Amino acid sequence: MDRTLSSLPVSEHVARASWWRRAAAWVDLHGRREGWLAFILMRVTGIGLVFYLFLHLTVLSTLARGRQAWDAFIALARSPLFVAFDAVLIFGMLYHGLNGLRVILLGLGVGSRRQAVLFWGAFVLSIVLTAVAVRMILMMG
Amino acid sequence: MRTLNLRIVRGGPGRPATYQTYQVSVDEHLNILDAVQKVWATQDPTLLFRHACHHASCGLCGVRVNGRERLMCLTPIAEFPEGATVTLEPLRNFPWVGDLVVDVKPLMDRMAAIQAPYVRKDELTAGSEEGTRFEDCIECGLCMSACPVVGSDSAYLGPSPLAMIKRLLEEPRGRDIQSLCALAGDAHGAWRCHSVMECVEVCPSNVDPSQAIGWLRRYLILRGRRQLAGAERR
Repeated sequence: MDRTLSSLPVSEHVARASWWRRAAAWVDLHGRREGWLAFILMRVTGIGLVFYLFLHLTVLSTLARGRQAWDAFIALARSPLFVAFDAVLIFGMLYHGLNGLRVILLGLGVGSRRQAVLFWGAFVLSIVLTAVAVRMILMMG
Repeated sequence: MRTLNLRIVRGGPGRPATYQTYQVSVDEHLNILDAVQKVWATQDPTLLFRHACHHASCGLCGVRVNGRERLMCLTPIAEFPEGATVTLEPLRNFPWVGDLVVDVKPLMDRMAAIQAPYVRKDELTAGSEEGTRFEDCIECGLCMSACPVVGSDSAYLGPSPLAMIKRLLEEPRGRDIQSLCALAGDAHGAWRCHSVMECVEVCPSNVDPSQAIGWLRRYLILRGRRQLAGAERR
């Protein structure tokens, strides 16, 4: 349902712009800082996690093809390349979750002047926890 | 004295944007606005730019300095090393008039819808028709330029108008709270903000629009809860 008030002022030049020109406003990185970087990373990791969900379901479906198919996948999962994918996935999950907490706070008007510090905190913590997780994966062999 | 290369966008509607570089020497204790004025006075009188007060009260000299939204009068020459190239471009998300000038009508339309300016009637002197705003916001439009939502949603109210609504709700003085809440609670109001936080970083006047938008959300939630409980007339 469109809840827009009929009396709301409209920027005519934006309304007339093509959809790609309006979309370009989101990826205009000229002169941007941490807030925009946090925003873009949040979208990229979000889209990545949705993609992973479907990938995960596809991988699980190999179970239906029998033990041999599953064992072949497990062998692949132990390759260094796959561990690298795991690291990217874990970072994506951690960053998306931690920055999600940051966005909840900022969205309710809490800590806006500390937003850059909160971003770097979420980013560095995500990297540290990813490193710990990768180490655990490698130790489990 | 310090010599800078000012790389300024030239052009306008119907004329392609090009960059023109002017070498100018100015006292290092001055600001970029002084350098641009010197270019205009000594090299190119056709250069378009806006300015008035030179002390961050009028909000007219907002441009992008090396990509970042800033007031030229608050950008010190001393910030740049000798011989540096400084790129000056007009604000984003406003209709381009020419060179460094944009049409701030979209911002003024929004302020008018909110019924700003906010006037203290007891401060009016006899015969004066307009009062002074006592907001921190100088309506320079830097936050509107830095916000990607403003550039993609033609009806989004934007950071400074939402901050103005917050201020009016804090101290209504007879304002129509219902209509202010309708504006803030609209699909293109406080809920449309994506917390990109660029508005906070570029504001030259410590308005903190993001904090104001968060305040509005809490206000609207609590107001809605009270309405649901029947404690307040819809």
